[in-house]
Parts: sequence; structure tokens; C-alpha cells
Amino acid sequence: MFKYIPNTDDDISKMLEKIGVESVDDLFSDIPESLRLQKPLNLPAPLSEIELERELKEISSKNADASEYKYFTGGGAYNHYIPSIVNHLISRAEFYTAYTPYQPEVSQGTLQGIFEYQTMISDLLEMDLANASMYDGASAFAEAVLMSSRIRKKGNKVLIPKSLNPAYRQVMDTYTNNTGIKVIEIPYNKQGQLDLDFLKNNLDNETISVSVQNPNYFGCIEDLSSIAEVLKQGKSFLIGIVTEALSLGLLKSPGHYGADILVGEGQSLGIPVSFGGPYLGLFASKKEYMRQVPGRLCGETLDTDGKRGFVLTISTREQHIRREKATSNICSNQGLCALMTAIYMSTMGKQGMREVATINLQKANYAREKIRNVKGYELVFETPSFNEFLVKCPKPTQDINRKLLENKMVGGLDISCYYPELSDCMLFTMTELVSKDDIDRLCEILEEVAK
Amino acid sequence: MYPNNLKYTEQHEWIDPESGKIGITNYAQEQLGDIVFVELPDEGKELALDDVFGVIESVKSVSDCFSPVNGVVKSVNESLTDDPSLLNTSPYDEGWIIQIDFSDASEIEKLMSGDDYKKYLEEVS
Amino acid sequence: MKPLSNTGLVIDEGLIFERSIKGRKGYSLPELDVPEKDITEILPKESIRDELRKFPEVSEVDVVRHYTRLSQLNFAVDMNLYPLGSCTMKYNPKINEDAARINGFARCHPFQGAEISQGALQIMYELGRYLCIITGLEDITLQPAAGAHGEFTGMKMIHKCLEKRGNPRKFIIIPDSAHGTNPASASLCGYQILQLKSDERGCVDLKALSDLMTDEVAAIMLTIPNTLGLFEESILEVVKIVHSKGGFVYMDGANLNALMGKVLPGSMGVDVLHINLHKTFSTPHGGGGPGAGPVAVNQELAPYLPVPKVKKDKDRYDLDFLIPDSIGKIHSFYGNFGVLLKAYSYIRTMGAIGLKKASETAVVNANYIQASLKERFHLTYDRFCKHESVLSDKFQKENHITTMDMVKRLIDFGFHPPVVYFPLIVPGAIMIEPTESESKQTLDDFISAWLQIADEAENQPELIKKAPHVTKHRRLDETFAARKPKLVWSPDK
Repeated sequence: MFKYIPNTDDDISKMLEKIGVESVDDLFSDIPESLRLQKPLNLPAPLSEIELERELKEISSKNADASEYKYFTGGGAYNHYIPSIVNHLISRAEFYTAYTPYQPEVSQGTLQGIFEYQTMISDLLEMDLANASMYDGASAFAEAVLMSSRIRKKGNKVLIPKSLNPAYRQVMDTYTNNTGIKVIEIPYNKQGQLDLDFLKNNLDNETISVSVQNPNYFGCIEDLSSIAEVLKQGKSFLIGIVTEALSLGLLKSPGHYGADILVGEGQSLGIPVSFGGPYLGLFASKKEYMRQVPGRLCGETLDTDGKRGFVLTISTREQHIRREKATSNICSNQGLCALMTAIYMSTMGKQGMREVATINLQKANYAREKIRNVKGYELVFETPSFNEFLVKCPKPTQDINRKLLENKMVGGLDISCYYPELSDCMLFTMTELVSKDDIDRLCEILEEVAK
Repeated sequence: MYPNNLKYTEQHEWIDPESGKIGITNYAQEQLGDIVFVELPDEGKELALDDVFGVIESVKSVSDCFSPVNGVVKSVNESLTDDPSLLNTSPYDEGWIIQIDFSDASEIEKLMSGDDYKKYLEEVS
Repeated sequence: MKPLSNTGLVIDEGLIFERSIKGRKGYSLPELDVPEKDITEILPKESIRDELRKFPEVSEVDVVRHYTRLSQLNFAVDMNLYPLGSCTMKYNPKINEDAARINGFARCHPFQGAEISQGALQIMYELGRYLCIITGLEDITLQPAAGAHGEFTGMKMIHKCLEKRGNPRKFIIIPDSAHGTNPASASLCGYQILQLKSDERGCVDLKALSDLMTDEVAAIMLTIPNTLGLFEESILEVVKIVHSKGGFVYMDGANLNALMGKVLPGSMGVDVLHINLHKTFSTPHGGGGPGAGPVAVNQELAPYLPVPKVKKDKDRYDLDFLIPDSIGKIHSFYGNFGVLLKAYSYIRTMGAIGLKKASETAVVNANYIQASLKERFHLTYDRFCKHESVLSDKFQKENHITTMDMVKRLIDFGFHPPVVYFPLIVPGAIMIEPTESESKQTLDDFISAWLQIADEAENQPELIKKAPHVTKHRRLDETFAARKPKLVWSPDK
């Protein structure tokens, strides 16, 4: 007997009788005989809870994690404080064992949650509207490029910064490589920012969109106002990308500068790092593009008694109605993750978002100044950063990280596999989870390794 | 229900041979349910017979609008942008969708009359 | 059976923004331990944002009350039968939830390096192996974040494989009963759709398929069992026709819950399929995700799998980025690891014998409902179904009662509506999938409710037309929401 399958043999016989068959196998008689499995699948024997718990504990102990190690790693996923109530609230069965809210009368909890999420995210991103979520930042970005191409209709050039998170670039390539879209890479200048002259010289009538990540992959804050100025002359879309959503607690968003579409990663806002997923793709746009937006949208309405309620709306864009002409193929998205983020944003509120972002900034700035003064280490770019910055190291990064690991620290990211010109450079990330002592200790170890 | 001064197509659209206005029939709006959005073409757009000139969305479905004749879009009914429900409440009058400049009146002659369309509906339902 | 009455206390709750009071605080953060600098010394003044206009200021108590009250407005699997066809709303085991919260899994960073991630990689590797065993295929990617994402991945692999052979081809054959994501995913890859008719038994029309299948068709996308809950009896012929012209057979694995331990898609001739872990493998639906849509393939398509793959060398696991013919990446990292972990935990709990029992019981449960209701509700294809049954409102329509009306009335009896108006080939379709998680008692209650609705349709239609009666909200105006979309809250001026 399996505890997840209530029906007993007795129940089954009664049901078979009603159905009008002798055995369960009679219900599978339309499967060609040659295909019917004669032996059981070769899977490990079932485990009781006690055994499973032991097994999972054993496997998990082979992983380092943030409850025991200090992390200075970022690059698209960030170790942040998650208020205790987030987990408790999304562990309510009414939220996590519910389905997509297609029957609004019995899903107002989920729907109102989405509406509030859309409101706060569009406020944070400084955009008119946001959808209910995409899979992650990278696929959201890919869909934004496709959307801009659908709307612009003319042209085939897409300008992407070289300083864009490499995974986002790769995912976008996979989505667009058979569509006739031509990708042009905008180099970064000596300050680690987007090369404005290159942008000016390569913008023309064939340009569909220009994308900008802020802060960029090197952690540098871009000159968004100048970029927006350059784009004013043409008809191309501005797509903004934010991979560290927490930065928006303090920084102006590309939305402020007129981004047509804004995408990014919401993991920093109350979602555990969980070895890379599930995360949260943010997707926002100007209101005139509402009908071209992929994914689900939740809107406010009234019931027959005049009471306010919420429903999924403008669904005719989506796959279940539009099928091959849909704005995207997305169905299940990251609903529960969006709820986690909504709870996080509500809990932190106006003040908390700014405070936690400021703490990140201060700690990172302290670390940045301290590390650059350790003998042998150099800051690669002087440009202001939020919580990530690039450091040129005097020794191979593997050696540094090995030493750090011995001290229960997980170091920065070596980015030379994507940027061979930036060899021996490490991307360091500081969040509110890192203490002054941790940073001081980090610097001591860096100094030791350099000798 | 199916005014005889208009001509009808198998895709449940009507065209007024005098004004060149085109819309959908009462049967069409009933089938679609509450209409929530209409995508209109640009003025001056050239249309060949059976070209898609617009899209009508209800809450749960989407329908293309097909041109019943060859011609050029002379004007579009902007009121439908603010009030798509006109297609439901007044499909033959205020709910006109586009006005077309057609070159060949004989194309319209070939279409169904009000009585023919009524018979067609009986077969179809 | 008397409909349920709503006697519980469910408290009205406005928007979180309406709870906001200036000065309230819901969080705590430690004092800054590094020397504090003026932020305008660190950042250019121009880059600092204005205050967040809409974020609330609420206490922790407010947040907890708000979301607790909202949760009470939801229906969920943990409350009662949730019979959505093709969604497989089975019970979500709690030990799986515990697993995902273990620090050693939840607090690992994806870039921390293979050396200190052996546990996470082991889970992924072993899950991959199990899913290959269950489907009878040879290799797999766990990267897709949902079924549709998996479909897209499968289409891209087929495209690349055929392109390497000289011609990526132009078309994909998709049955008229297919889920909307199928044509949408094919389209996303640049393919055009050729729609395939179903025959009078609800299955693929072999003649129609032969006519459509040419050497410009890259693949057929089939859901097995199909969206009518019917097994494709001529699957071997279907595969033969497609393979004979060099096309691939893609299986939409949404309905895999009908087949585990009974038949292997691989041995049917399926070349590639996606699996919905949030359906067949018990991971929670979450109100719209996160799910996971791993894609299993045969040897032919294995070279095109997304990068990275998890590999095992003796006792060591690693991430393999050297896949020269890979279609590339489709996710920023490795997929929805937290979801994969739950599916792993489920498979370890059930084993081969449990998974087979799950499929068998799911099929018995669905047939029991079908047998009990088919006198009163029209069954288009009178055959034994698999894990789901599709009825319709054909009889009731004569009284002007529609499927939508009836399922809103079902809510009054304490059940979530089944899937409605899908598949498109059955007008007024009612797609019921109970899953193996339901007992005979629950099924009997469900059947009684439907039989009563059938009676009401004849004798008391008003009761149905105005349903639901017991919910906090009456029927919501979807027309208004679509005509005048209001997607965000705005403060009053």
C-alpha cells in the first residue's frame, strides 16, 4: 500500500465491476501487446520516509551552502536575506497546491497576489505594466527581443552589449538564431561602460532594438541618460535588463529613461539561490505594447454583485487561444516565485527596499576600497558599482578560490572564459549577508595568496 | 436580421455596395460573444480578395476578418477602439469596421443576398 | 446530495496597498558594520532613484494577515478533488517540500563549483537516469523550466539535427486535439503547422497522416494518450509513416501519468519527449508554476541537447559544457533545481512498483467516473479511456444549459471545475482527470454532484445559470477586464 494512493484492492474491485471489466489490465488492452511492459522498471526500491530523509541528508551534506560558508559570488544569482515569513506564507497549501487561476471565483487568493505583484514590480522597474512572470531573466530577455521584432516589423539588427550577462546572451542566441535576426555586439570602453560612439555609429533604420544591462555584468553602472539621448533620434526599441533586482531599491531603472521593454531576474527579491532555480523572469513594458506582451496578465474587474475581483485577462494573446500565432508558447510560468517576491516586497516596503540596497552598496564599497589596496590587486574599472565589481588578481583565480575554500569562503567568479581579455579577473559580490569581519578576513587571505 | 440592401459572405461578414462599408453579421457577433478588442488596418492599405484586414477578439476567442473584395481601405471605424461592444449591439450600423474603395462592383454582385445568407445559416447551424 | 454550504469564516481583505500606514515596518536588518559613507560619494547623484511610489509600509503582522486571508479565497488540491484534465493535480507530498528546504540544497549557489556541489549534481544525474528508465529513452536535459519550454527545446533539437543533414524542413504535423502550446512552440522555432484530423475513434487518422507526411515535414507532435484520454492504438503505424519519410516523433508527455510501468514511449518509437514534473511527478503547481519540463531523447538527438549536461566519471559528478552540436542554453543556469529535487524525492518514495500502481489507479479512477456519468453526459468516443475522460454538454444544451454553467454549479458542491472547452474538437468539452490520489468515496461524491446537476439542468436550470452561489465572489466580469484592462493599482489622487 502506498500512502499517496488511497484506494484499496477492495475499492478497485468494486470500481472494476462498475466499469464492466475483469481486471485492471483490461483497461490497457488497447496498447499493442508487443509494447506492454512485462517486467518492472529498473528503479531503486521504494523508501520509507525515515530512509528517504536519511538519504537526502546524506546527499545534501556533499554540498557547501550559505548556512556554513561565506559567499562572495554573484554573476546573476545573489545570496540575500529572505524574511522568515516568506517561506511560511508560501507554504500555505492554498497557495502552493493551487493551479493556474483559470476559474477566478475560486482563485482570488492567487489572482490578487498576482495583481499586487504586477503593481509593485512595475513600480520598482518604473514601467507602465508587468506580466505575471517568465521562467527566468535570460528567457525573459530572449522573449523581449522577439517581441521588439514583432512590433517593429522592419529591420533585422539587434544591438547587444558585450558587457551583458553571458548566459542571457547565450539563451537569446538559442531563441533567435533561426529568425533572421542579426546580432551586433556593442563593445565596452575603458571605463567598463557601453561604448557610446559605437552605438551612435551603428544605429540605423535596420535596427530593431538596443539592449542595455544595468548594472552590467562587470558590476558597472551605465550612463543610462546618455544612452537614452542617443536612441531618441531613431525608432529602435530600448530593452533594459536588470539581473540584480535589489539594485533598483537605490538606482534609477532603465524604465526611467524610456525603456520600451524591461526584463530581468527577480531572484534577489526573496527567492533562495537553490542551485540555479526556480527563479523569476521579470517582464515589463510600456502600456502601448500591452497586446504584444508574452505571458499571463491579471486585471481588476467586478463580479455580478459589484464587488471588486481579479481575473486573468487579454488571454487572446496566449497559446491556449491564439495557438501558433500566440505572443509566446509560455503556459506554466513561475507563479509561486512571483508570490514569494510580492511577499518580500510587501515586507520590506518603501523604506526596507532602500535600506537593504544601501547596505549592499556600503558593504561593496568598503570591500572595493579595501581589496584594491591589497598589494597585487587592482580594480579593473573605476566606474561606480552597486554590489559587484571586477578585480584583477596577481595569481590565478583557482589558487585564490582554493585558499578561500579552505577558510570556508566561496570566492568571486572568474569571468575569463567569456572575456579572455580579462584574464585573472574575479567578479566579487557583497550583500547584506556579508559582515565587515568577513570582508576583512577575505582581504587577509587575498594578501596571503598574493605572496 | 439580415438587411437585403447588404451583401453577405460565408465568413459571416457583410458589405454595403453603396458605401463600401464592411462589418460582421449578427450571427457572427452572437457566436463570438462579448467583443473586447478590434485590430484595425491602416487607411490606404491595399487589400486583395480574402486578405486578412483585421482581427476581432472576444474574451475566449480570436477571429480574422477577410476582405470580401479587392480594394483599398478608405477609412476605419475609430469608435471601435474605445467601444468594441458596438460590434455586439449594432453590427450593421455603428459597428461597421472598415470602408473600402473597391474597383469592381461585380465582385459584390456575386455575394449572397440577405435571404441567401439566411438559408446558408440554416445549413451551417 | 446537498450542495456544500459556506459556513466558515472567510474575512474580507483589500489590497496590501490599502493596508499601508506611513512609518510601519515589516522587516529587520542589522546596523551597518562598515564605516558609512554619503551615498552621493559612491554613486553619481543622477543615478539615484526617487522613492518607490506604490510599495506599502506595513508591519509583519499586516503581511501575515493579508496573505493568510488571501489564501482562504483559493481552492487547492489539499482541500478537495481538483479534476483538471491533462494537468494531473495529484497530491503534493510534504516530504518533497522538506527536501527542497534543506539548507544543503536551498542555499547552494549555482556558480560555487562542482567540487562543493556533488550532492546537487548527484540529484540531477540520478533523476535524469530515472526519467530515462521510465520513458525508455537514452539521454536527457533537465534545463527546461516548464512543459512548453521543453517543447521548444525538442523542436530546436529536431531543427538542428535536420539542418545538419542538409534540410531543417518546413512543417510540423499537429493533431487538431493538441494543447495550444504545441503549435505555439513549433511556431517559435519557425515551423509551419499542418493540422491533422482525428478519426471517428478519436485517434490519428492514418490516411490523413499519410497524405500530410512528406519529406518537408520535420516531425509530428503527439500527446500520448491524447487529450481525449485515449491511447493511440495505431501508434506503431503512425511512427512508421513518419519515420519512413525521415521525420521525428515528438511526444508531449503531459499525460504520462497513464503509462508509467505499463509501456515505454521509447519502445513505441518516440524519438523525443518532454515530461511535466509538476504533473506526473507530484511537484506542486504553485498557482501557475514553477514547474519543470525535462526532455528525454534517443541517441540520434542526444548530440543536440542543451548545455551544460551533468556527467558522471567514476564517483565524481561534473557539469559538461563541451557539447559541440548543442542547441545552446535555454535557461540562465541548469533548470528549476528546487523542482527537480521534489520529483527525485517522489521517485525514490514510489519506486517502480509505486509508479505503476499510480498509473493503474489513475486509469481505474477515470474509467469509474466515465462509466458512472456517461448515461447523463454525452461521451463522444465510447471507449475505455486512460487517465482522463472527456464528456460534453450535448444533452444539456437542448435546455440551454452550457458546460460553463454546469461547472460553476459544481463549485457549490465543493469541487474545482474540470478543464472546459478543450480539446477544441469536442464542443462544450468537459475534461475530467481525477488522478490516483482520490479515494472511491471522493469519486462517489463527485459523481453524485454531477448527477444532481444533470437533474437540475432539466428541472431547475436557474440554479445552474446563477451559480456559483457559495463562493466569496460571484461570477466575475471577464469582458470588462478585457475591454478596460487595469493591470496595476494606482493611488487615488
